[in-house]
Amino acid sequence: MKIVVCIKQVPDTVEVKIDPKTGTLIRDGVPSIINHDDKTGIEAALTLREQLGGTVTVVSMGPPQADVALREALAMGCDEAILVSGREFGGSDTYATSGILAAALKKIGYDLIITGRQAIDGDTAQVGPQIAEKLHVPQVSYVEEVKEATEDYVVVKRQFEDGYHIIKIKTPCLLTAIAELATPRYMSVRGIVEAYEKEIKILGFEDLKDDLELDMIGLKGSPTNVYQSFTKEVKGAGTILKDLSADEAVKAIVDKLEEKFII
Amino acid sequence: MDFKLTKTQMLQQELFRKFAETEIKPIAKDMDEAEEYSAELLQKLQKIGAFGIPYSREYGGQGADVLTYTLCMEEMSKVDASTGITLSVHTSLCCPCINEFGTEEQKQKYLRPLVDGSKIGCFGLTEPGAGTDAAGVRTEARLEGDYYILNGTKIFTTNSGFADTFIVFALTDKSKGPKGMSAFIVERDSEGLTVGPNIERMGIRAASNCEVVYENVKVPKENLLGKEGQGYKIAMTALGGGRIGIGAQSVGIAQGAIDEALKYVKERKQGGKPIGKYQNTQFKLAECQTKVDAARLMVWRAATAKDNHDNYAPLAAMCKLFASETANEVTRVCVQLFGGYGYCREYPVERAMRDAKITEIYEGTSEAMKMIISGSMKV
Repeated sequence: MKIVVCIKQVPDTVEVKIDPKTGTLIRDGVPSIINHDDKTGIEAALTLREQLGGTVTVVSMGPPQADVALREALAMGCDEAILVSGREFGGSDTYATSGILAAALKKIGYDLIITGRQAIDGDTAQVGPQIAEKLHVPQVSYVEEVKEATEDYVVVKRQFEDGYHIIKIKTPCLLTAIAELATPRYMSVRGIVEAYEKEIKILGFEDLKDDLELDMIGLKGSPTNVYQSFTKEVKGAGTILKDLSADEAVKAIVDKLEEKFII
Repeated sequence: MDFKLTKTQMLQQELFRKFAETEIKPIAKDMDEAEEYSAELLQKLQKIGAFGIPYSREYGGQGADVLTYTLCMEEMSKVDASTGITLSVHTSLCCPCINEFGTEEQKQKYLRPLVDGSKIGCFGLTEPGAGTDAAGVRTEARLEGDYYILNGTKIFTTNSGFADTFIVFALTDKSKGPKGMSAFIVERDSEGLTVGPNIERMGIRAASNCEVVYENVKVPKENLLGKEGQGYKIAMTALGGGRIGIGAQSVGIAQGAIDEALKYVKERKQGGKPIGKYQNTQFKLAECQTKVDAARLMVWRAATAKDNHDNYAPLAAMCKLFASETANEVTRVCVQLFGGYGYCREYPVERAMRDAKITEIYEGTSEAMKMIISGSMKV
């Protein structure tokens, strides 16, 4: 099975701040990481490869600096890494990005595509589902467990607000991963050595132009306009009551409410 | 000259840092209190390849360089010096004996499982009566047919509580002094090999460090490393490289203490402002960081020399001498910056100060380092 995982390099939002005057991200000195949900997707793909055989290809669209994220994915055990990069792609919103990635995926080939649910910088959760639409393949988002996987279909558990769905889906298809799906493994020392011995293939506009027009990509192909960015107000960390009986928990909550003069 | 790490080395450093923060830091205090190394943590370290870093992939190693190994030692020792020494004894004392002096058969049988992370090694040279004076070794090996029969007692054998493979130094010819010493590969389950309880210590308490008694232990003839009489040379070669690891461990202990102090001085208020706003604090930390940076550069220089197959022995001795003394000074200053809280076991600088002391003693005392350095200067 050929599994392709789409990943995004994002600023580590624990470290990121927004310039209060301009409303833009201050990226200077902020470390870049593989988006958490995407890393979960990598782990899920590696686990599936261990069960079914095949290969895991990791794809990222971004500037040349995204190379590090792809090397990290290789060091975790992915077989091949592809960087989709070009000046023409700059300024793309989710709609344009998914079009570019879909064109790249057509070129690369796939039996199963895994993306993270959403990136911690843009927080849209749109690119994965849009890719599936543009490739005309079925998709399941919010996958928290792969219950069964074969060459022809996968059975997954999809998280839902008030429960979950068990869905059987034919391959080729696309899944979007949430944190519950897997705990990403560490890179290994040897994996890192070998990651830097491999070549990362670059796909630019010229390579994808059979499926792309210039007015479908970049700023021109992006219907989204960012109206305003702002820093979220930070709430204090909540308290988790653990290992209490129902009665004890009720008492703890009531005590707290009384202490704060709410009741 | 370029003092920057390569991209590969930087990604390795990120792996070690993240692993140490996530897997080791939360349990380091408990391991210290329990005086026992976590078996689960050993397995996790083996899984990421931490036990075979500078060894060839041909033998199942990780295929990285000595400099990468020092990055690992520093990052692990920042949060837990016991992890540092556990890795170091395996990687830079036990494995080099086989890697540099072993036969092809010995490498396949013993080096491979050590560097691929399935087995752990230790190094038995020190005896109750033979420390810095390694020539004072009394353990004997007598050839009888196809076996050497080992008899003697080793002390302070790090990792011996859980190690699978022991490198043991013993006299095959008592009349020749150090030239009569030979090195052997001994398997843990050999009859007559007894490992005592973990010796109670001041620092690196989570590491395993025991007395090992060899009583008529039969060692197959083919487990002799190199030739009879080469033991002293083998031991000194291993120790020469090992010192780079201890230098890196010392840098880690010191940097770890500075990192903790940096956080603390921004939070702790005295006289209405954080203590970090006082010049005394700022100058103390500036002095500490300068020394640690100097020590780190010395460690990297020695590691690079070893990677380039240059004469690294005096550089290794210098980096170990300077880094270990720096670790002691810096941890003492950091405890002082924490005041009474620094003396409490709740804060990690207390452990760092206890752990630092051994770096001036093991794998060659500071005094022994000065002998090596002055010797290389032809004083």
